Amino acid sequence: MLRIRQDLVDAIVAHARRDHPDEACGVILGPAGSDRPERFKEMLNAARSPTFFEFDSQDLFRLYKEVDERDEEIVVIYHSHTATEAYPSRTDIQFGSLSPDSHWVLVSTRDPEEIELRSFRIRDGDVEEEPVEVVAGDAPESLKTQ
Amino acid sequence: MAIEVRIPTILRSYTSGERAVEGKGDTLGDLFADLDTRHDGLRGRLVSDDGALNRFVNVYLNDEDVRFLGGIETPVAEGDVVTILPAVAGGAADKSRAAEKKSAGG
Repeated sequence: MLRIRQDLVDAIVAHARRDHPDEACGVILGPAGSDRPERFKEMLNAARSPTFFEFDSQDLFRLYKEVDERDEEIVVIYHSHTATEAYPSRTDIQFGSLSPDSHWVLVSTRDPEEIELRSFRIRDGDVEEEPVEVVAGDAPESLKTQ
Repeated sequence: MAIEVRIPTILRSYTSGERAVEGKGDTLGDLFADLDTRHDGLRGRLVSDDGALNRFVNVYLNDEDVRFLGGIETPVAEGDVVTILPAVAGGAADKSRAAEKKSAGG
């Protein structure tokens, strides 16, 4: 299961909408071993394509360096599909199998009104969908708006 | 003459869980061949059948992507650090068809 804050879901959706019709991509980092997405980070889609995404190789290098230095892990890898459903393609499965410890979050922007967001684990070429539990932001209880 | 090679989680099954290993060679290709003598199968995950770098990994010499240096022929020397990272990519298009046909063979 992926437990994720509402503000992080909103950030993914906003990024996907902004880059539509190109695919948007990014990560959410969290403390190593926590499986808790906390730090949102948009990545540049080096492919700038409506059907493909790829992290720029220098950006990827810096990302991993940062993650190591801060003792974090890549909890979520997200990207958008802009004309098809939010389900891993064969290309997603091939690349996704290389990052089996991250939740693969896909959003579909094919319907501008209704954004579809789903989460998957991709391991050894197998796709397993998992439930997404969206929780309120981490602001103190007294400050939360209803 | 040792060159440090940093191994991503996904490939640590080839290095008994080690995050970094050492090897030698004059080029990246030599280095990977050397590593393969102690970490059987590792080279096959880095280099494709045609001898070029596998597109599923990014390889960096110190902090530069070797695709912009000399690919598999990139010269390496003692004290260098080679970092291997899984490429993060995907997308709706099926770009794998050609590769799969090839691996399916005749």
